[in-house]
Amino acid sequence: MSTTGQSGDGSAPGSAGDVPADLPGHDPRHDPRHDPRHDPGGNPGWGRDRDDGSGDRGEGRDGGLGARSEQVLAGVVREHASRLAAALISLLGDFSAAEDLVQDAVETALRRWPVEGIPQRPQAWLYTVARRRGLDVLRRESNYRAKLAELRWPEAAPTDDRLRLIFTCCHPALAPEAQIALTLRVVCGLSTAQIAAAFVVPEPTVAQRITRAKKKIGQAGIPYRIPADEELPGRLRSVLAVVYLLFNEGYLSSTPEHAQARDLVDDAEWLAALLAQLAPAEPEVAGLLALIRLHRARGAARFDERGRLVLLADQDRTRWDRQAIEQAAALLTRAARAHRRPGPYQVQAAIAACHAEAASFEETDWAQILVLYDMLTYLAPSPVTRMHRAVALRHVHGAEAALAELQELEHDLARYGLWHATRAELLRELGRADEARACDEQALALTVNPAQQALLSERLRWG
Amino acid sequence: MKYVLMFVETEQFARQLEEMGELELRQAYEAVGQWFTEHADKITHHAHLAPVHTATTMRLDGAEPVITDGPFVEGKEVVSGFAEVEVADLDEALKIARSWPACPIVEIRPLS
Repeated sequence: MSTTGQSGDGSAPGSAGDVPADLPGHDPRHDPRHDPRHDPGGNPGWGRDRDDGSGDRGEGRDGGLGARSEQVLAGVVREHASRLAAALISLLGDFSAAEDLVQDAVETALRRWPVEGIPQRPQAWLYTVARRRGLDVLRRESNYRAKLAELRWPEAAPTDDRLRLIFTCCHPALAPEAQIALTLRVVCGLSTAQIAAAFVVPEPTVAQRITRAKKKIGQAGIPYRIPADEELPGRLRSVLAVVYLLFNEGYLSSTPEHAQARDLVDDAEWLAALLAQLAPAEPEVAGLLALIRLHRARGAARFDERGRLVLLADQDRTRWDRQAIEQAAALLTRAARAHRRPGPYQVQAAIAACHAEAASFEETDWAQILVLYDMLTYLAPSPVTRMHRAVALRHVHGAEAALAELQELEHDLARYGLWHATRAELLRELGRADEARACDEQALALTVNPAQQALLSERLRWG
Repeated sequence: MKYVLMFVETEQFARQLEEMGELELRQAYEAVGQWFTEHADKITHHAHLAPVHTATTMRLDGAEPVITDGPFVEGKEVVSGFAEVEVADLDEALKIARSWPACPIVEIRPLS
């Protein structure tokens, strides 16, 4: 299981003195980095070379980043870029101008840190670059210049502004793909090139989405603030939807060959953990975080040594991270008990926990899973959820009942490969081999990518 | 900031209106009147448009202006009125729009 990206952000052992007290996740309850299993272990070389005392402009003097260091670098940038963005937006009152400066600082860091080493105080380094650049490019805006001259690190910010930042980036008045791109760039500190690579879209497309979104924020008057209480539940839903999409995208595209690319699952987990820390009263946030961690906990068993996907039923469960599963399940239980406000993410996490806690595929508690799917179809009705429920139904009430349930979904899912593949399995179980073959052919015709086909059937078995 | 809320009618909504009895219709109008009263301090201007069959469109991109009967896009959804509001930001405009009691679609656009 990959634990990188959460570990090397200055809170690694021996560097605690560099870290402002208000780093995210300083509460150990929410912080995977305080978990010894997440200890970076092989601390990258440059991590030890951070005592050059160059302070505000401190630049480490270590070259040669190791293989994992790219992700560690990404983690440091992620940890600090959003704070810088929040501070600059507050200062300038101009989302777009602030974001440009952050992106500039991030790109400079991504260029220089691999060569020069990560500075002793990355936050201060980024502030300095952003201020210098701002004073330079915003020369004509005398108002901004005066404000930027005041920019000091650390900003005296009584509250964590990053929640405001996230709500602005995930405003429902922005197109969903713009919300994702903006969140990755502004909150997670990804460069446009990294986003383009992660989503396999051309870089100009991403750049254009971001430019348009920033224009809309300015021109349409999308506010930079946490929504009022009565709007909060709806707005939080859009934020969680962005994190969930990121997680799905990262999870589905993650393969051993793809290991070099930016791991969006890292970003999704980091965002969910940040949200859990900033909005502790929202059980759905904890639910989503638990869901992500439960899936990650079995990551090591998802691929065999040749890099092929392994279906849930066939996975080597000794390779699952039992401790991570227990902790995620405990997180979910705590949130559910404390608030008694079930929601789709908590229920999905509970389903994932049922699978993760089963000692073997045969011991899976399908009756419990079916009850949870009943809840999920009530809380968030969708044909796809009903289809997954039918799979649980098969294990509880048999293939005939499941097939009847699937039949009702024909109108909605006839263009969906997985629907045909599921029918095929049920028909085969019922000895209707010819019909099963026909369904499999349909499924294949509707699913372009063979790897995705395998993946879909794996997800199917998850319930 | 100033925004215009454009009220958009659908065919289904128009049908519902037609099928309403006198009492229902009066209640519907009262609800709209109440909405305007409630937000009077934010509404700087508003108008209800005559039905779409009264619309005339002129196209000026040819050699000569071309005048045609009907709205500029033939669609099932037509703008039936608008209100201009002065508020702090988009969220406040959205909040006002949320309680709009009549036609089912509202487009919110800032004045530049």
